[in-house]
Amino acid sequence: MSAPPGVTLETLRKDIRLEWRSKDAINSMLFFALLVVVVFSFSFDPNAEESRLIAGGLVWVAFLFAAVVALNQTWARELRNQVLDAYRVSPAPANSLFLAKAMGNFIFVSVLEAVMVPLFVVFYKLRVLGPAWQLVPVTVLGTWAIVVNGTFFAAMSLRTRSREIMLPLLLFPITIPALISTVEATTVILVGDPATSAKFWIVLLATYDVMFTIACLALFETVLHAE
Amino acid sequence: MNFLYAAYGATWAIHIVYLITVFQRYSELNREVDELNKK
Amino acid sequence: MRKAFPILGVLTAIFLSYALYLALVVAPREQTMGDVQRIFYYHVPSAWTAFLLFFINFLASVQYLVRRNPSTDKVANWILITVAVVTCIASVVIALVPSLKEAMPKDVEPSAIGTTGVIIAAAYFVIRKFFSVEAVDALAVTTAEVGVVFCTVVLVTGPLWARPVWGIWWTWDVRLTSTLVLWLIYVSYLILRRYSSSGQTPVMAASLAVFGALDVPLVYFSIWIFRTQHPQPVVGGGGSIDPRMLHVLLMNWLAFLCFAYLVCWSRYRLEIMKREVEEAQALQSL
Repeated sequence: MSAPPGVTLETLRKDIRLEWRSKDAINSMLFFALLVVVVFSFSFDPNAEESRLIAGGLVWVAFLFAAVVALNQTWARELRNQVLDAYRVSPAPANSLFLAKAMGNFIFVSVLEAVMVPLFVVFYKLRVLGPAWQLVPVTVLGTWAIVVNGTFFAAMSLRTRSREIMLPLLLFPITIPALISTVEATTVILVGDPATSAKFWIVLLATYDVMFTIACLALFETVLHAE
Repeated sequence: MNFLYAAYGATWAIHIVYLITVFQRYSELNREVDELNKK
Repeated sequence: MRKAFPILGVLTAIFLSYALYLALVVAPREQTMGDVQRIFYYHVPSAWTAFLLFFINFLASVQYLVRRNPSTDKVANWILITVAVVTCIASVVIALVPSLKEAMPKDVEPSAIGTTGVIIAAAYFVIRKFFSVEAVDALAVTTAEVGVVFCTVVLVTGPLWARPVWGIWWTWDVRLTSTLVLWLIYVSYLILRRYSSSGQTPVMAASLAVFGALDVPLVYFSIWIFRTQHPQPVVGGGGSIDPRMLHVLLMNWLAFLCFAYLVCWSRYRLEIMKREVEEAQALQSL
């Protein structure tokens, strides 16, 4: 990719600065994250044993929903100020814009996850029985999988009616392999059975991330300029 | 073997419903063509 | 062409009736499962037809994205030729070198790799020859829609077969989950086409189709490994099949292919007509 890193970083820095100043997106997203955890906790009241089996799925579904809320915000601001048209005519390669947006989203969603995880641990009395450090690559790769596709589809759904529902509608089927991998990996790590290993799932997640990051970068220019 | 008949029936029901929607869209288009021709 | 349609319609109806007769009467009764097994003669051909249609949609989507620009068009052509040649060479090499042959998964023939590569390239060029850039998009919509119809049949007949035989409506094994994901992706594709404004629709939909095509093998692979860690009921035949059953299966598939062809033809003509009407309406409003 010929995207000069300078443009990408500048765009990223601008996005973060804007978010920090307005704080509206972050605050509402944080509160939403908290609500999701609480609501999920009402629906299940497992003991510690059971919670290790189901927490993987619950946590990642919660992350997915929080990410969708964050992603819908992403392009809305651009659209409000017609920034998108400015990007289209500028000489900056579309890839830099995409990468900046994706990285920005990744940071925001990670912040959300950092808030949600301790809450889940408390409500579900979670204790990690397997190699806890493996949760780091799982979370990073899993979050990137959701965010990279989410940013791409958020851009796509800009030109559609029912914009807010179109994003999850497009995103969920495509991210199913990533979700399967993260849920399986998280459950394996939580349960900590020495006969099982999350390594395969982590490799699969990495493959998914590489494939779809390339696909998004390759097709983003087309989608941006589609007129 | 109700499941067998249900499966075969469901298959054709699905196909017939789809063909009906295609036919409906076709009739609607024909109506639009007539309107265009009138003008 | 148009006059042939009713005749072909009648012939297909006769063929389908004959295939139904074969499935219900001629095919031998299965030992363990009984008559319910006959669902197989509708379930499997529908699945193969759906996958074929989605495959054509994938090629058509790639073509739409690639052919609008002459340089990418040429690059794509060369990539496909390379794929065909490389896979053939790979087949021969793997068959000849014993250590590589051992490394292959057990139910995969080396020659299948070459055949797959050649079929993909051949299908791409055939579509390219017979469809212009705009027409290829109409082909994409058509195959997606009809593919979803057949895939729905698969997802409905599958559980109806599984329930009496294995006692469960559904399980998360490879084939079921990847078929469901395929269905979901293409339904979202159709919804995207309906809800986006007409200028950018084909490009966005084509991109989604490409994403979907990347996704499906990944889903298949991820759950295949999952299956080897946890035992799952085997869906579909793993071993050899009674030749009479094979005959009935193939006849039903052929009948459904003829049917699918006619349905696609109708839907395609509808799509072309819709575009002409829209163009005429646009011209009139000027």
